[in-house]
Amino acid sequence: MDYSQFLTMGSELMLLVVFLIVFLFDTFGGAKAREYTSPLALICFSVMTVAMWLLPTNGGEAFSGMYYTSGIITVIKTILNLGVILVILQSVKWIDSEEAKIRRGEFYELMMVTLFGMYFMISARHFLLFIIGLECASLPLAAMVAFNKNQYESHEAAVKYIFTAVFSSAILLLGLSFVYALSGTGSLYFSDLATQVASGENSMLLVLAIAFVIAGFGFKLSLVPFHLWTADTYQGAPTSVTAYLSVISKGSASFAFLVVLAQVFGAAYSQVWEWMLYGLIIITITIGNLFAIRQKNMKRFMAFSSVSQAGYIMLGIISANVIGMTSMVFYILVYIFSNLGAFAVISAIENKTGKIGMDDYNGLHKTNPWLSFAMTLAMFSLAGIPPFAGFFSKILIFNGALESGSVALYVLVLIALINTIISLYYYLLVVKAMWISPEEPVVGEFRSSCYERLGMWLCIAGIVGLGIVSWFYTYIYDASMLDATTFFANLI
Amino acid sequence: MDLTIMMYLIPSLIMFACGVYGFITRKNLIAILISLELMLNAVDINFVVFNRFLFPGQMEGMFFTMFAIGIAAAETALAIAIIINIFRAVKSVDIREINKMKF
Repeated sequence: MDYSQFLTMGSELMLLVVFLIVFLFDTFGGAKAREYTSPLALICFSVMTVAMWLLPTNGGEAFSGMYYTSGIITVIKTILNLGVILVILQSVKWIDSEEAKIRRGEFYELMMVTLFGMYFMISARHFLLFIIGLECASLPLAAMVAFNKNQYESHEAAVKYIFTAVFSSAILLLGLSFVYALSGTGSLYFSDLATQVASGENSMLLVLAIAFVIAGFGFKLSLVPFHLWTADTYQGAPTSVTAYLSVISKGSASFAFLVVLAQVFGAAYSQVWEWMLYGLIIITITIGNLFAIRQKNMKRFMAFSSVSQAGYIMLGIISANVIGMTSMVFYILVYIFSNLGAFAVISAIENKTGKIGMDDYNGLHKTNPWLSFAMTLAMFSLAGIPPFAGFFSKILIFNGALESGSVALYVLVLIALINTIISLYYYLLVVKAMWISPEEPVVGEFRSSCYERLGMWLCIAGIVGLGIVSWFYTYIYDASMLDATTFFANLI
Repeated sequence: MDLTIMMYLIPSLIMFACGVYGFITRKNLIAILISLELMLNAVDINFVVFNRFLFPGQMEGMFFTMFAIGIAAAETALAIAIIINIFRAVKSVDIREINKMKF
């Protein structure tokens, strides 16, 4: 065996090193030293992100094609890293609190293990490695959801999460077993399966297999008929874990979804899965929006908002071309900044006062103008109001869907546009509560910790800067153009 | 008597359907976990049978099953740990007691 192929997996190896540093420090460091676990994890992780970004990405494959990496894959991994840094910044206050600090190291370790699984899920080009990555990404998350040991809600959220996660992976595995039966050669490599799908007619078994695979992913991404766990899990989980679930987990799963659909089932695009996704997107965006309107708890509200945002991310998959992929990656980047901006404010207020109802935000600008400012920018960006990044990411993802020029996709984009207007209503409800509502403020004046402030300023910089500085989009576009043939060669 | 592929596939699909039915109707967390195991094991049988009958010269499906069993064991351990925590909190594993968060 040629051991030098391990060097292809540069990003995974770096993550493993960071994990080991944090693990050994947490295990063998004294009680005094453990106070510094959070800064250590933060610094190691930031160094790793910068290294991943700056080091040349020599794309290639390892283990006879089981593992594949290229420019765009490194870009999406770096974007996920950026999100994890922001999550760490906003979780330091909570994890250093009296009740959680004994499990401080475990939190960072579990977070890195899930990220490790997500890396493999994105890079896998063989279903065995893919499933291991997927489970490695979703099982430790259940332990993270159950992290607040003294709070009952945390356990209820965890039990709902783990049961739906296992149910969905059983459905996904059933779909994969049908794919295996159809493979013709008995191989589970994506490339071999793609040639088989391209050569054969679309039998009923293939349609069934694709339906099961889409349903399995639908649970992970909380697309609508499969979204029932989302609100409860998001509400009960610790706020930092909710933030992690809503952006990092969702972003990585949607990229892996694109890889599986385009590279394995690409030949069945126009006949089978375009229409399945079409229906899913319409109900996901609409129902997510309609349920978000009636929520009074901020975390449930963000849960339904993230359901509808997942529908917009799916627009990048259904367009199935390079522009769609680029705008999807860009959408994930912008979504990370806007959603984590909102969660940074929610967790800052929750850490200080324990309040997460929307009514508690009434008149917030009188006591905490900067928090209200950050929250307003995040809401504007999520709703897609022009000068902010959310507007540009939405317009680019619509542009990607319109690229193929089919009438059906024009109708889909029209429905998505109408839904953008509905979403404006409920995002602005929060802004209204903070700035216009005449009631006396519920939350008193307080100063957030320096980590939280750093995280919020980074999010604000991202929300304001990403749309205007078009360099980011061009950078992603160049990276994905290089890889266009590997991704979309099989599409019909 | 020759065993055909259908003699394995039909029981495994019935097992999967029983698992889905149990997952939806059962009220006890442990029973739900057993239903989930039933579903995962049905899928394992599927893989092994497809390997044995369709691709007898290869082992890919068998290996997949080995890993799937390992993953299922890990997931059961985690689920049981969470159920124990639930039991400590509410002194029950009935899902009708675990519905504090709704709408």
